[in-house]
Amino acid sequence: MNMNEHSPAGALEKLATGIPGFDLIAVGGLPIHRTTLVAGTAGSGKSVFAAQFLAEGIKQWNQTGVFVTFEEPPKDIRLNMASLGWDIPAWEAAGKWVFVDASPHYEDDMVITGGYDLGALLVRLQHAIGKVNAARVAIDSLGAIFSQFQETRIIRLEMLRIATVMKEMGVTAVMTTEREQEYGNIARFGVEEFVADNVVILRNGLDEQIRHRTIEILKFRGTYHHKGEYPFTVVPEEGMIVVPLSAIKLNQQSTDVRISSGNPMLDSMCGGGIFRDSIVLVSGATGTGKTLMVTEFISGGVAAGERCLLLAFEESSEQLYRNAKGWGVNYQQMEESGALKIIAAYPENATLEDHLATIKTQIERFKPDRLALDSISALERITSAKGFREFVIGIASFVKGHQLAALFTATTPDLIGGKSVTDAHISTLTDSIVLLRYVESAGQIRRAITVLKMRGSMHEKLIREYYIDGQGMHIGEAFGGHVNLLTGGSVAPTHASNSDCVNWQAKKTTTS
Amino acid sequence: MKYTLKLYISGKTARSEHAIRNLRHICADNLDAKYEIEIIDILEHPQLAEDERILATPTLIKSLPLPLRRLIGDLSETEKVLVGLDIKSVMTTS
Repeated sequence: MNMNEHSPAGALEKLATGIPGFDLIAVGGLPIHRTTLVAGTAGSGKSVFAAQFLAEGIKQWNQTGVFVTFEEPPKDIRLNMASLGWDIPAWEAAGKWVFVDASPHYEDDMVITGGYDLGALLVRLQHAIGKVNAARVAIDSLGAIFSQFQETRIIRLEMLRIATVMKEMGVTAVMTTEREQEYGNIARFGVEEFVADNVVILRNGLDEQIRHRTIEILKFRGTYHHKGEYPFTVVPEEGMIVVPLSAIKLNQQSTDVRISSGNPMLDSMCGGGIFRDSIVLVSGATGTGKTLMVTEFISGGVAAGERCLLLAFEESSEQLYRNAKGWGVNYQQMEESGALKIIAAYPENATLEDHLATIKTQIERFKPDRLALDSISALERITSAKGFREFVIGIASFVKGHQLAALFTATTPDLIGGKSVTDAHISTLTDSIVLLRYVESAGQIRRAITVLKMRGSMHEKLIREYYIDGQGMHIGEAFGGHVNLLTGGSVAPTHASNSDCVNWQAKKTTTS
Repeated sequence: MKYTLKLYISGKTARSEHAIRNLRHICADNLDAKYEIEIIDILEHPQLAEDERILATPTLIKSLPLPLRRLIGDLSETEKVLVGLDIKSVMTTS
């Protein structure tokens, strides 16, 4: 498992929730046979967490569950959760999911005529747990029971009784509760006082004007978890997916298998091809041939009998077909043969977490050998710098985990040179970097290519000229005789006139 | 019309006994012989609590005459019980 900490002797056991990513940050799952409070503001995803806790239990381990609803009637929950791909009625019919309907009866007002307790709720819960031999219980949400019954003190005591009974019955439970603000008190009604051993917080905040959902494990008594907020998203047909960024170790199980980039000359510049499980970043200004490089990467893959997934965030599929055709590559045919899948999406149509989740889903479904993402900079504009970096880490670790060869493109804002490989300084996360640059020389714009980094291998250090025609990219001779091409302030070689100077004009190329 | 009343209790606790006694008194004092009481211990019949979606105990349900009424608690506040069962309209005096 990916963790720095190891459970001490006698530490509480965990029950894996099955919620993608969550068990990584929870170092195994929720404390077993305990109740965990899941607190969040309205719309933060509490009910989804609660329902998914049961759904994944059924789907992955055939563990049955009881859902106690204080708020929405079961028919609404069945309907809402169907959009996440969970067929609750089928599970109910199979005796795997049972509702305890404690939603309010709006048809009659409640008359209180003397002392009472919630003994009936407890009996119903015990009955339901026994009926399906439940391993998991979800209670959603405490706030609603507190508004059904006014006597806060009684309800608090009764919830404590319920938590105690569930512990005795050996079930692992999730109780959701409301928060009024993203930061501050854990929960309303002082409920954290009795189930506060384990607290998870869901947030739905704004980060530079962009909705940003995060999950944080505040405490697990007597056992370990990862600290801090982790982004998550809720995806149709999938449910909640947590992006366990820093919890993931970027363990590079590097293979030494080399594959072709699709361009023989580039392969030779890389020392004999790119590595099977590596991420190559191609950085260049608009029009330098990044999309062409993607096309060659894809056609090289298909020619080698590999499955390729192309994620395009800048152009429509039709446009991509046309571009590829212009270079003699028939995407349409490749798609029809099943060797290629193109997904063209508009970056602004979803949040970055949603894009990441979609990408993961597509990789898992299509199982490609190669992945091309054109361009990663298009995604940069829909989030903050921090969010973008997290996204790149998320995708990089996922790609590595699946042993894919990946090619990402990044557009540099400056036509000539460029401040850095990418603005967000993600170059450290990639294995290889290929620079495509415009070069000004003798009143002409020429193009230059160089392999800047090739992790785990020797590579050519030359800066070569290339040109593009109907057959694709042709890499030619090195720009001989020029110095300081990459650092800017090019100095013309002594034998050349100033006008001959190839000026990379990189003001400050921080590509170390 | 006969009053049909079901009292749900959880076990033979002091509170349960209290509720049963209060209910019998109120009925005897206010409804002549026109009523029928059924006492349901949900510890013995949990499914009945589920079917009626009972949360609190004791709970009294009046199914007839309509409208259906649900009263929660040990029925010690007689005035509230009478109003709640539509035996008495809301009192203006104390």
